[in-house]
Amino acid sequence: MSIAINRDKCIGCGRCTQACPGSLIGMSGGKAVMRYPEECWGCTACLKECPVHAVRLFLGADIGGGGTLLHTERQGEILRWIFERPDGTVQEIPIDTRESNKY
Amino acid sequence: METVRLNTDILVIGGGTAGCWAAITIAEQSGLDVLICEKAGIKRSGCLAAGVNALNAYITEGKTPQDYADYCEKDAAGIVRGDLLLTMSERLNSVTEKLERLGLVILKDEQGRYVARGDRNIKINGENIKPLIAQEVRRHSQISVLEHVDITDLETSSGRATGAYGFGIEDGTFYAISAKAVIIATGGAAGLYRPNNPGFSKHKMWYPPFNTGAGYAMGILHGAEMTTFEMRFIALRCKDTIAPTGTLAQGAGAKQINALGEVYEQKYGLTTSERVYGTVMENLAGRGPCYLRTKGISREKAQSLEKAYLNMAPSQTLKWLESGVPVEEQDVEIEGTEPYIVGGHTASGFWVDTARMTTIPGLFAAGDVSGGAPQKYVTGALAEGEIAGESAVRYAEKLSPEPLPEESVQAHINETEGFLSGRKSLYTAPQLEEAMQTVMDKYAGGIGASYRFTEAQLDIADRRIAQLFELSGQLSADTPRELLRIYELRERLVVCRSVIAHLRARQETRWHCFAENLDWPERNDRDWRKYVNSRLENGKIRVIFRELVSGGETYEHSDKQG
Repeated sequence: MSIAINRDKCIGCGRCTQACPGSLIGMSGGKAVMRYPEECWGCTACLKECPVHAVRLFLGADIGGGGTLLHTERQGEILRWIFERPDGTVQEIPIDTRESNKY
Repeated sequence: METVRLNTDILVIGGGTAGCWAAITIAEQSGLDVLICEKAGIKRSGCLAAGVNALNAYITEGKTPQDYADYCEKDAAGIVRGDLLLTMSERLNSVTEKLERLGLVILKDEQGRYVARGDRNIKINGENIKPLIAQEVRRHSQISVLEHVDITDLETSSGRATGAYGFGIEDGTFYAISAKAVIIATGGAAGLYRPNNPGFSKHKMWYPPFNTGAGYAMGILHGAEMTTFEMRFIALRCKDTIAPTGTLAQGAGAKQINALGEVYEQKYGLTTSERVYGTVMENLAGRGPCYLRTKGISREKAQSLEKAYLNMAPSQTLKWLESGVPVEEQDVEIEGTEPYIVGGHTASGFWVDTARMTTIPGLFAAGDVSGGAPQKYVTGALAEGEIAGESAVRYAEKLSPEPLPEESVQAHINETEGFLSGRKSLYTAPQLEEAMQTVMDKYAGGIGASYRFTEAQLDIADRRIAQLFELSGQLSADTPRELLRIYELRERLVVCRSVIAHLRARQETRWHCFAENLDWPERNDRDWRKYVNSRLENGKIRVIFRELVSGGETYEHSDKQG
């Protein structure tokens, strides 16, 4: 499991480089890059810190990954979890953060 | 290499849960300066990177700190430090209230009481719990934070801890730091054993893969006494994603079943180690794989599970979607993780006195690196950080600064430069890491050995680990990152050696899977209600047995050894 950073969306703020508990993300050409994808814990700290939703989570093929990228976007109290499949289809699961602990 | 020398009153090694809290405590209770050294950035480093949705150690209404200590003692089959558990439990609620004051959202009912989940848990919206703690650290001008610096060794040549050495993992700067007292809060050890998925997803594990047991290793090499390394921790998790199973078991009422569809959990028991053990035994009997039965639940329940996992372990929801089969039409395969050494869940770590001082004067321990007090979780780590912080203040206030011995500073620079000298090395750190994990897996009770071991196997493991440590001294690094990998490997190898010695020393099987000794398969309360401790002396590990310490006692270090 690891992350992919969308270079077009990244604004180069560097927050993810400070958030990663493994110091795995660096900067290159003013953009964040995942330097050591195979060392990722999958903790999603970087996703949570990214202000422009440029970080995507994916499962390694060795643990059942099929190429889908997952990221979140916040709209007020609603956290939208967005799954982008390799065939271009998109699925979304919205969660009301006020109820996030009811499950 | 460029060298930076720093002085502080109290050095905190590790800016995770316990370390940050210790620093805050010191700043609040004294005029002393604190320096936190952290391998990553403190905002999300350590176990709380992703956040948590409950505080698992809280004294709910009608319960007492003693109840919590009793629960921990029972779960660990008696091998705990009663004094440490009780002093920790007495502070669980006050640290919780302090977290709330820092901005943590704790769920409340209509009467304004915390919403409890069972006897010991309260629900929180804790995604931002570590950023809140880090923000409080930054508020105190007495606390300095040195980030992206890996501490590799302690200074103890005057007979007490007076500082530490390390290097910047991005720029390679060498640091020599002197202090009146040192608090070690580096967490437990992951990556000793071959993980569930050794390939690309090798770091998709239960515990932070960046916690290498650095604190244990530094302590061991300086002759500190360690305790209960034989009580390994193994979690039962969803296969591949290593996501928690509790939400499926308690939230959705899913039962553990084997491949024949038979519910097997009653056969083996319901503690963590028994749940793992049952799953291992069913697999060995040819009835695997094992699952949590979710087939047949309602669509509504399935959707709430998808949401629940997005909150705490989004990879599991992603995995369900990637499978192409709806949640309610499949069971969730389960497996045990590789073993970890972690004093926050089981009881492995530094042997400390009731004030949390290790056997090295001036060196205090808190959180997962500290032994004897399992089931700490977040609040217990905070409580220990507080106690260690207070004790370090009392210790440091009497002392004047002591400069680091120059020959020791130079020796440490030479060691680090040696790895960067460009010498030829046949092997790389990742190769030796793989070798270490393979040895531990096969010969010291890893996943591949169904967690079981014999003395004959441990002998092989011990020889192979010693050989790998020898080889690791010849490794070569071109960059600070490669240097980090070498030090992390060497830390793990030191810890492995102690784990092997402890597994060998306890001649019984008190905890299934955690320490499944095939030569001594029964629990033996007559002879083994005692601690297995160890010290490295003249290059050899000496095992020390000590009598149990109960709650209410104050334990102080003495030279008397059991």
